[in-house]
Amino acid sequence: MAKSSAKINPYSAVGIVAAQSLGEPGTQMTMRTFHYAGVAEHVPTGLPRLIELVDAKKEPKKSVVEVKLLKEHSSKESHAKALAKEMESVLLSEVALLQEDMAAGRILLKLREEDAKLFGVSIDMLKEAVKKTVGANKVEQRGNKISVRLKESKEKEKPLKELRKLTIKLRKALVKGISGIKRSVVIKEKGEYFIRASGCNIKDIMKLKKVDPSRIYTNSVMEIEKTFGIEAARNAIVREMHSVMELQGLAIDIRHIMLLADAMTSDGKVKSIGRHGLSGEKAGVMGRAAFEETIKHLVHASIVAEDDNLVGVTENIIVGQTIPIGTGRIKLGMKAKKK
Amino acid sequence: MAKKKTATKKKASKKESKTAIKKSTKKSAKKKSTEKINSAVYVNGNLQGFHPDGAALAARLREKRRMNELNYEVNVFFNDRTNEVFISTDGGRVRKPYVVVEEGKSRLTPEVLNRVRSGALSWEHLVKMGVIEYLDAEEEENALIALTEEEITPEHTHFEVLSSTIFGVTSSVLPYPEHNSAPRITMACSMAKQSLGLYAVNFNHRFDTRAYIMYYPQKPLVSTDLYKSLNMENKAAGQNFVVAITAYKGYNMGDGTVVNRNSIDRGLGRAMMLKTYETEERLYPGGQKDKIEVPTPDVVGYRGEEAYKYLDEDGIVFPESQVTGKDVLVGKTSPPRFLEEISVFGVVEEKKRESSLSLKSGERGCIDSVMVTEAPSGNRLVKIKVRSPKVPEVGDKFASRHGQKGVIGLLLKQEDMPFTQDGIVPDLILNPHAIPSRMTAGHLLETLGGKASALGGMLMDGTAFSGNTEQDYEKVLKENGFDEHGEEWLYDGISGQKMKVKLFIGPVYYQRLHHLVSNKMHVRSRGPVQLLTLQPTEGRAREGGLRFGEMERDCLIGYGASMVIRERLLEESDKTIQLVCNKCGMFAYHDFVKNKEVCPLCGSEDISPIEMSYAFKLLLGEIRSMFIFPRIILKDKA
Repeated sequence: MAKSSAKINPYSAVGIVAAQSLGEPGTQMTMRTFHYAGVAEHVPTGLPRLIELVDAKKEPKKSVVEVKLLKEHSSKESHAKALAKEMESVLLSEVALLQEDMAAGRILLKLREEDAKLFGVSIDMLKEAVKKTVGANKVEQRGNKISVRLKESKEKEKPLKELRKLTIKLRKALVKGISGIKRSVVIKEKGEYFIRASGCNIKDIMKLKKVDPSRIYTNSVMEIEKTFGIEAARNAIVREMHSVMELQGLAIDIRHIMLLADAMTSDGKVKSIGRHGLSGEKAGVMGRAAFEETIKHLVHASIVAEDDNLVGVTENIIVGQTIPIGTGRIKLGMKAKKK
Repeated sequence: MAKKKTATKKKASKKESKTAIKKSTKKSAKKKSTEKINSAVYVNGNLQGFHPDGAALAARLREKRRMNELNYEVNVFFNDRTNEVFISTDGGRVRKPYVVVEEGKSRLTPEVLNRVRSGALSWEHLVKMGVIEYLDAEEEENALIALTEEEITPEHTHFEVLSSTIFGVTSSVLPYPEHNSAPRITMACSMAKQSLGLYAVNFNHRFDTRAYIMYYPQKPLVSTDLYKSLNMENKAAGQNFVVAITAYKGYNMGDGTVVNRNSIDRGLGRAMMLKTYETEERLYPGGQKDKIEVPTPDVVGYRGEEAYKYLDEDGIVFPESQVTGKDVLVGKTSPPRFLEEISVFGVVEEKKRESSLSLKSGERGCIDSVMVTEAPSGNRLVKIKVRSPKVPEVGDKFASRHGQKGVIGLLLKQEDMPFTQDGIVPDLILNPHAIPSRMTAGHLLETLGGKASALGGMLMDGTAFSGNTEQDYEKVLKENGFDEHGEEWLYDGISGQKMKVKLFIGPVYYQRLHHLVSNKMHVRSRGPVQLLTLQPTEGRAREGGLRFGEMERDCLIGYGASMVIRERLLEESDKTIQLVCNKCGMFAYHDFVKNKEVCPLCGSEDISPIEMSYAFKLLLGEIRSMFIFPRIILKDKA
């Protein structure tokens, strides 16, 4: 009895109801934002975050990753701190001084001892990083200085331009840590130490020792889709949206959010809601034209002689027919007599 | 300009460059410069030069102004945070007079005051003597202003000429603003502008487009100094209502009020609306002209004899005739819009158009006066003033002078209203919930003051900071044998039983605001449609419907109520039946000569009548007009 009463009726407009259930509390959402404990950076919550999720942005404004340690290490703060330091990325320009010697066609690098000590970077690590980025060019080391000489080539007419390109590349070279991870903080919760860091790179973090790969989480839906696939991305959307709503103190049935997430992920990749995503892919010309970019759709339809089979709600309202939803979908049928 | 010289004389500082930033190492200590930096001096916003001591400069300029060596309109402001002196001599600054205080002593000494009293000194003299000076918004920042003379300490620089002048003109008219919360004062000020009263004494001779006149305005029992100085007592905009504070019959919930019907019958809150209609005999290119006359039945668009029954021979209504609905006020005929075809006899037959001026639908009133003049263009112009009495009814808006607005929720017969042991019946019953959250204690104090005023036989003063006090009122009430807190035992008007608690009752000045139900109420079941789309018109003036918008539509979709949507958006709106060709999908037509339905494109006679919205038909038409051919492909319903 309970099960059958929980079922939704056939031809119910679940999409509209979900949209209203999410949209109406959205109007009440304040622009007031709540702060994550720990990471000093501002992670968007509330309405901006909701828009971000629905728009399926490639990169969220501020992505955050939560890394938990394997159970046997998680109670020790020192382990967590060490791991946090290991994760933080250090760029070459942060520990070394770069100088271009245009005449000789080489770049001089000098390790800044103070900074290097602070970040725990040695001259060998620097050399390794330089070697990785410069490729075929010659690398020499003398004390705490490294010089990169451009390899000679005949066809290249502009060695200066090459040199400048290489310098820029070198500046951004990763010396240590995981690329994309900027700041990290160790947080204690429920007797367990874990790390919250800005930026995300799940693939590389999972490879680290002491990291529990089954308990890693990020707020970047795209990153999750990239590493774990579409089902995980769908769950991430549900989880993120639900947490935004909960943070604002708005009670929304999770099934509305699940429906939205399902719609966004149904064809194997995360789609946005809006003219570049779901609404832009509606079947009917008139339905799309009624939403946004009216002229674009009408012009396109007339060029390729598009058909509109009047399957959607909007199309039928425009034309003036009963809409194919709810009572409008029910039809009376009769079995023909067998002869 | 004397002061400009003082400012420009000062040489620009050369020591500016000394603060060049050194290359700082982490360990280098910061040096604090002990040298005093010169103050920048601005005149009317432009940098004029520098002065070693800005504060002293400002003080000296003020001194000169008080000695009348500098014009009294000059203001000086020294900003000690940014070390800048601003001297203003330009226009557009709002300034306010203050009495100057020096070393804790007012410059308005008893001797000076006596000379003012005797008439030897005028205001201008006081300004020139430096007793009173005008400060602008900037210079005010440098001043410490006492509210009254008694409050002066050695730090004070000025004191208020009158303590209630810290309020503006509109709020100075309100009684006891210092007892109310600020938002309520703002609301009271804006509502006072909407009140009905005697807006002009010559209203009888004026032809304002729309005006309201209250029948019996009264001067308030509790008023203010400024109210009297503005001569508002003689053009009042309100009446003293006897107000009891209690819930009654559940009809005064949420800013509703219960009003005594008999009071209204005696003229309480009664007003009239004066509305002017006008029309002009316009000139058309070609020398044709409108004519004001009683239209004859041969005029195109003749409205029938009944419509013109109030017109005089000259085509204009009789004054004092009672008009309603769409009655014609001025009969007018215009020349035809297009030239007529030449008739069989070769004579151009002029068929005139009807273009009379009529009363707006739903209105009723009496013709107050008629004016026939000349428009600026030289055409004959007729103005007609219609007067409609507006008796307070359920839904009309009233407000006290404390931001306490409300609408009439119930008109109750006097015998059903509660009454005091003296037989006083309130005119209006206010809900007690209106008071605490809004913090309008001034309303209660006015009630008390009104009661004391009525019993003591004198008008009370509610000027901010200086008006009559609660103690004054309590004394008067006590002397007259009333409860000193203004509370009285009341008896239920219906059962006659004594109420369980004493009620707070007394006269309060109430304003009738010009939001009248009779000017706003609107219904439509059937009515006019727009010419282009055949959809219902919008707005009360056009007898329109209420828009059933996109979000409303979404709700019905949410319910799955397809048939309701169809009814709202099609059947009750712009439903049309169009002929569509089954072969090519083009709109077809009915050929009345052959009595056949024909497709104009392919000539097919296989045609179906299709039900659709007229807006859709228009859309297809517009698309076709751009050389795009949308086809309607028809299918039998499965």
